[in-house]
Amino acid sequence: MLKNRIIPCLDVKNGRVVKGINFVDLKDAGDPVEQAKIYSDGGADEICFLDITASNENRDTIYDVVEKTSKKCFVPLTVGGGVRSVEDINKLLNCGADKVSINTAAVLNPEVVVESSKKFGSQCIVVAIDAKKNSDKWEIFTHGGRNNTGIDAIEFAKKMEDSGAGELLVTSMDRDGTQVGYDIELMFRISSIVNIPVIASGGVGNLDHLVDGIKLGNVSAVLAASIFHYGKHSVKEAKEYLDSKGIPVRI
Amino acid sequence: MNVTIVDYNSGNISSVINSFKEVAKDKVNIEVTSDLNKIKYSDKVVLPGQGSFKSCIDALNNINGLVDVLNEFAISNKKPLLGICVGLQMFADIGFEETETKGLGWISGKVLKIDNQNGKFKLPHIGWNQINILKDSKIFKDIENKSHMYFVHSYEFIPEDKNVISATTDYSSNIVCSIEKENIFGTQFHPEKSDKSGLIIIDNFINL
Repeated sequence: MLKNRIIPCLDVKNGRVVKGINFVDLKDAGDPVEQAKIYSDGGADEICFLDITASNENRDTIYDVVEKTSKKCFVPLTVGGGVRSVEDINKLLNCGADKVSINTAAVLNPEVVVESSKKFGSQCIVVAIDAKKNSDKWEIFTHGGRNNTGIDAIEFAKKMEDSGAGELLVTSMDRDGTQVGYDIELMFRISSIVNIPVIASGGVGNLDHLVDGIKLGNVSAVLAASIFHYGKHSVKEAKEYLDSKGIPVRI
Repeated sequence: MNVTIVDYNSGNISSVINSFKEVAKDKVNIEVTSDLNKIKYSDKVVLPGQGSFKSCIDALNNINGLVDVLNEFAISNKKPLLGICVGLQMFADIGFEETETKGLGWISGKVLKIDNQNGKFKLPHIGWNQINILKDSKIFKDIENKSHMYFVHSYEFIPEDKNVISATTDYSSNIVCSIEKENIFGTQFHPEKSDKSGLIIIDNFINL
């Protein structure tokens, strides 16, 4: 049976790990290579690096981090943040990333998704959808959550599947950093409309939130940052908890 | 000993390279090349493959003489070869991804899209799944039955001769996920991304 995945996410800035509260107010907390190794040794099903300020700054440091991590971690490594072009994707894959997540570029230029999935295969193209609720719909935000595009997130999700995305990483901007749980309705709506796996992100504060994401949101994988990063829970604890709730996990 | 990872522009092979180098340490030389002579004279060959069946076959054919050298290596000289993911699928006679495409024809069978039962199963089949070991394969030494391996694929290899199947995994149906036919080995899952169990499989192949 296919297992639900637990994916710790490390936000990286200038080669160092940070975690934002609603994408601002960053705290420095460690070396990404060492952190990733701790997670993979602890049973993380994948590792995700998000280069959070990459849209605005020199991002060569991330290549170095990816290269070093991929020589130490033998579980899938997803890297996102500031990925603009097919060439950026190529460079990250060559450094050892297994998947690349595309956010702003997928919205501004969906052709990047079409082209890159053809060139490298859908398996390594993850489209990251940052959505915020606006009355009865969810709208897509770009540039690390700063710009509202007004695009309907559910329709966009379907479009990205058709464009060749292999997975969708869905983040609720309302929930990110709040620790009150995933936006279950958003996750459920998107996972119901697409036939590709959905990864839930944004808002995890305790282990029950992971359970809810999978059971109620119907997602294939759950991504979380701060509950793992500040030592509140280990990945192992999370897996044992999910297992106790009848969710299939790799233990 | 030389183990050659065939670099034929089949997509991202850096994880395959990293994992083989990690396992090989200084004991075994890992070459990454499309140089026909180097492939010919290596002791073992790894054939990775990402993207579609068609794109991988096209990429093989784009390198003049490569298919002949692989045929000679695996079929005439019967030297150990490991295909990973689409690398395994290409052993088939024919694949149906994008369009009907002729495979290497080493193991009779075809490559078809996984039946997702009208959307009940999401595709690609991405993530960790357990393998059901059906026969003692040399690359499964010290691998327990029901071990977890990392998968990412939408197509499956259906061999005619079921005796070549060394493991299956359960996703919509029993999907063939490992093959052993004499000197030819293949895994549908990615040992290079399957944590400690995957590295054991790589070690087993290197030590054949």
